[in-house]
Amino acid sequence: MLFCNWAQSAELEFGLAIKNHRFEPTEIKIPAGQRVKLIVHNQDSTPEEFESHSLNREKVIPGGAKATIFIGPLKPGRYPFVGEYNEATAKGAVVAE
Amino acid sequence: MYAAALIVFRESLEAALFVGIVAAATRELTSRTRWLSAGVAIGALGAILLALIAKRASGWFDGLGQDVINISVLSVALAMLLWHCIWVTTHSKEMAGDARKLGASIQQGQRRPYALLTAVALAVLREGAETVLFVSGALSGSAETSSTEVIFSGAVGLTLGAASGWLIYSGLSRIPARHLFSVTNAFIAILAGSIASQLVKALTQAGFIERWTDPLWDSSQLLMPDSALGTFLRALVGYDARPSGIQLASYLAVLAFIYAGTRSIRSRQSTS
Repeated sequence: MLFCNWAQSAELEFGLAIKNHRFEPTEIKIPAGQRVKLIVHNQDSTPEEFESHSLNREKVIPGGAKATIFIGPLKPGRYPFVGEYNEATAKGAVVAE
Repeated sequence: MYAAALIVFRESLEAALFVGIVAAATRELTSRTRWLSAGVAIGALGAILLALIAKRASGWFDGLGQDVINISVLSVALAMLLWHCIWVTTHSKEMAGDARKLGASIQQGQRRPYALLTAVALAVLREGAETVLFVSGALSGSAETSSTEVIFSGAVGLTLGAASGWLIYSGLSRIPARHLFSVTNAFIAILAGSIASQLVKALTQAGFIERWTDPLWDSSQLLMPDSALGTFLRALVGYDARPSGIQLASYLAVLAFIYAGTRSIRSRQSTS
């Protein structure tokens, strides 16, 4: 099956917060070779765009909102991401091991 | 505030290029300006509404609300572009040959390029909603930049985006009418491929697709997606530095579908 039912999937979940235009934590360790669920909680009042060229992901998260992003399966390595709207401070990375 | 202008420019570029191409493709149609403006206006209005409900929508479908909206918008846009490519093929003779006759039939309401109008509105909606969200966030949030600066840099970004759309329009307008349709149709086919790739990417990000999601290559060292050329190619032909297998497959499938579809219609027309 190419399409799967997201409700049935049981991925590992990882939380990521945005506070004062910074990510918390700045580094997330995930297992390599499996898809995981990233739940990004934007605690600022302003929107932010989670963007990563290496993960091939981009998603706008309005102020105060939570958003789910599926990433991987990834090869071991470091995958940086930024908050596009505040690129000077909002930086982080997913580390797959 | 250079960053804000750049973000607004990037968001508006794809929609502006699309409007420019559509404007060139429909140059011969008498009511073009009116329905094209209507498409942009509907899209802009929709963008504001979407930005207003963005926070609530974000929480729908277990945090996938925005992806679901994006997926719906991209699906309809793709269907409209496919429909348009077929529509143009079936009418290309009268469009190129007797533009006045076609213009008259459109004015009489027999044929309207509804597909393109919808596609234009959706392009503006999609890119516009993010722009509205970003600008309103910048207006309300940051203390270090004044509202005037935000508005000014937003306007600069939007103007540069619109100027790019105008540039591609005036470039395409130099093409003689008999070649214009094949050229603009090729552009629209490529945009359809790009939308298919974006659709598949959104489906992957939301977890609906889990096969063939590994990146096929990484050309980000060769051509940075954030560079000027990368941004332009991304908006025009859907350049992706790390496309997944399924993204490339969908892109090529759409191009093949349009090519085969228009060919089979043409051969049927010439035999009948």
